[in-house]
Amino acid sequence: MKADRTLIERRIVFLVLALAVALPLIFPLGLRTKGTPLTKKAYDLVDQTPTGSVVILSFDYDPSTVTELQPMAQAILEHAWKKGHKVIATAMWPQGSQMADMAFENVQAKLGQKEYGRDYINLGYKVGGMVVIQGMGRNFKTVFPKDTSGLNYEDIPLLKTVKSLRDIKYVVSLSAGDPGLKDWVLTAHDKYGVSVAGGTTAVSAPGFLPYVNDQKQLYGLMGGLKAAAEYELLMEYEGPASLNMNPQSVAHVLILVLIAIGNIKAWRKRKAALKSGEVANG
Amino acid sequence: MKKNLPLIVAFASGLLILIAGFIPHKPFGMLEETLTNWFMIISSFAILLGQISLIQANVTRVAHRSPNWQYYLAGLISFAGMVVFGLLWGMEKTPGILGHGEGISQNLGSKPFDYIFDYIYMPLSATMFSLLAFYIASAAYRAFIIRNFESNLLMITAVIVMLGRTSFATWITSWIPDSWGILQLPRLTDFIMQYPNTAAQRAILISAALGVVGSSLRIILGIERSYLGGGK
Amino acid sequence: MKRIVLPLLLALLSVGIGGVVPSAAPFSAEDAPWDDGTAVVLAWNLDPLRTSLSLQKADSLGIFQEISNEFALTGGYKDSGLEADAEYRYRLVAYNKDRSDSVSFTAHATTRQQWFSMQKLSLLILLAMICGAILYYIFHARRGKNLFIRRISGLDSMEEAIGRATEKGKPILFVPGISDLGDIQTIAALNILNHLALKSAEYGTELLVPCRFSMVLSAARETVKEAYLQAGRPDAYREEKIFYVTDDQFGFVAGVDGIMLREQPAANFFLGAFWAESLILTETGFGTGAIQTAGTGQPHQIPFFVVSCDYTLIGEELYAASAYLSRDPQQLGSLKGHDFGKLLVIILVLTGIVMEMAGQGWFKQFIAGGN
Repeated sequence: MKADRTLIERRIVFLVLALAVALPLIFPLGLRTKGTPLTKKAYDLVDQTPTGSVVILSFDYDPSTVTELQPMAQAILEHAWKKGHKVIATAMWPQGSQMADMAFENVQAKLGQKEYGRDYINLGYKVGGMVVIQGMGRNFKTVFPKDTSGLNYEDIPLLKTVKSLRDIKYVVSLSAGDPGLKDWVLTAHDKYGVSVAGGTTAVSAPGFLPYVNDQKQLYGLMGGLKAAAEYELLMEYEGPASLNMNPQSVAHVLILVLIAIGNIKAWRKRKAALKSGEVANG
Repeated sequence: MKKNLPLIVAFASGLLILIAGFIPHKPFGMLEETLTNWFMIISSFAILLGQISLIQANVTRVAHRSPNWQYYLAGLISFAGMVVFGLLWGMEKTPGILGHGEGISQNLGSKPFDYIFDYIYMPLSATMFSLLAFYIASAAYRAFIIRNFESNLLMITAVIVMLGRTSFATWITSWIPDSWGILQLPRLTDFIMQYPNTAAQRAILISAALGVVGSSLRIILGIERSYLGGGK
Repeated sequence: MKRIVLPLLLALLSVGIGGVVPSAAPFSAEDAPWDDGTAVVLAWNLDPLRTSLSLQKADSLGIFQEISNEFALTGGYKDSGLEADAEYRYRLVAYNKDRSDSVSFTAHATTRQQWFSMQKLSLLILLAMICGAILYYIFHARRGKNLFIRRISGLDSMEEAIGRATEKGKPILFVPGISDLGDIQTIAALNILNHLALKSAEYGTELLVPCRFSMVLSAARETVKEAYLQAGRPDAYREEKIFYVTDDQFGFVAGVDGIMLREQPAANFFLGAFWAESLILTETGFGTGAIQTAGTGQPHQIPFFVVSCDYTLIGEELYAASAYLSRDPQQLGSLKGHDFGKLLVIILVLTGIVMEMAGQGWFKQFIAGGN
């Protein structure tokens, strides 16, 4: 009986939450978010890197986390291209390569056509996680002899100056789990001294905070949709993340209301138990 | 010998990688590179092992008409469909056996593999992740109940951080002057996340790292061998 | 011997006093210190009239090719990916504003492989101390010394969970995390799986192990098979109960959630590395009314487990589990070594704070090492 009540309560919570998320999507509230230092650090890393630098965007996620990580990836890619960086896309997750293609396509639709092989390249997925990054640190070509379209490494103009990870100015890993950002920090930064910034899902972000330290193991950290919206704000445009922050904000407030209801229920239960105890004791 | 050989391999490769971390001179770097290359090759072949297991498990259940066998059949059909479409017409820029399939692509708007990926696989995956929002709501509803001092503290912190992560946060506390800026919700949230939270995370991380050192040492020395299925 | 010891001593001094002092020469090339002989460090110090530069390296025919044109009056560049024990020649051409006037400097360096990464000295010392302590306690335990280990309720409950599953005639679900075999958390999870499989074989309870990676699948099968053999029940072992689901993170979650809803396991174990999916898994398990035990070394997922599981192993408890369950004195001894490690870290943190307050930055620099 009690289990049934819990189940029904859960279903009510789910229904109310669905409404709280859907309504602001249909009727946007026009709320704006405020920047945080961690996102600003990631922004500064891209902003302060000289024009012409070769950089890596690693798409270490799959379609499940696309709502949180894709806006982040696109904002960073747009920023990198505006600064004149040459972007190498890698993927530690099998579907990451498709996520990279999607980002390239969407940002080109906004900024105009870029030249494949000169302005950007998609090297695709390699199995092995940290071991792959270690391999890139020693010799890039042995790990990625071809790109996703079958072009040979030596025929790609962008890769002419890239022999190992040390030739990369910064790495930004958009990471949903393992392998991902942690492997880039422990290998690309700690072993090869490359600046690393990252973006993760909101639920995983607190775990990476210890790496944002004096050693700059992690140059900047973007956690979830809010950080993506902050990055868009720094880029001075309202993109998908900024729009999706409305339902997220309403959902957070709803959770707070639910916590309050839960506490009132618990308080009433305790009071009733106390009363029945008094009655029992006479 | 069946037990000892893996232990010898674990000991030798563990020790070698450890030494290579400190000695950059030949031949250690080369040996480390070889071992890591082996790992990548074995990992690639292991993917095949997973596919075989997947087919075996599903075919057996369908053949034996196990309960809910229809689900396993759906899994097999989906698997076979993606393999066939990928092989015949390739994906994105990569051609398949029948080339790029311009005719089909014109009708669908993209290659069949890409079409399924974009319009079936992606929404399904995103739906699974979005379940998290529902579960967080129901878990928070149960968990943040005031019982004692600690749970009180936990709830107050949760309220500040949750509210601080919304677009409302700036609006609610914008009246607080900059000299008291730390009390503005977004800044208070950042403070909580960067100091008390990171301190606790570091403590767990350091103790876990010590656990990793201990476990690795036990594995390298062959004291810990449960992962090989053996006791002592 | 002298060739090794003397540079070591010099390096120790240089690490202590804050690294190599930059050259005052307008352009210099030096072998990158303490590496595998694959990099040269270039440094320059130009007069203020210069506004742009071209850094060039001689190719195999002796023709200089540009490798960088990033401008800084005082700057540096690390040329990596070189051959060990080979000589390289560089040229720096510095121009003034309209490029009507230029000066050029040349320098050369020979790459040398080193026998020790001096920047890792502090790491080596710490590692030696911790490993030494662990080994000491292992040998100590071998001599029969009784070692105390605090209770870990998450592990004590294992028997209760198996008992409940047996009573109800329902299976046990074990998820060894979503990381590959290269993650030590997965190995720790497999060690626990071994003990769990032993018990399930004894009780005759069905054990389901869905795996995200093929390497984990093959290791998990071997682990369970050996445990069933050890329990004297090889006939009860069913290979198909340990199965691969998919590499896809949330596809795997969907698969495991489906298993929980259809098979209704009486006990769920989520041990290993977990990310954003942790709450989806455990909340579904909570919904089915299973007794749940979770454990991970990922600090950020622990709150989710605490909320929705009956028992949670926090951080190091996951790694200590195998020793705790086996009660093998050698393994218990190694746990004592962890405690020494913790003491060492506390001392280092406190010393670091005091040294920084006293303005002695060399201590932090030495411990932090560098690239």
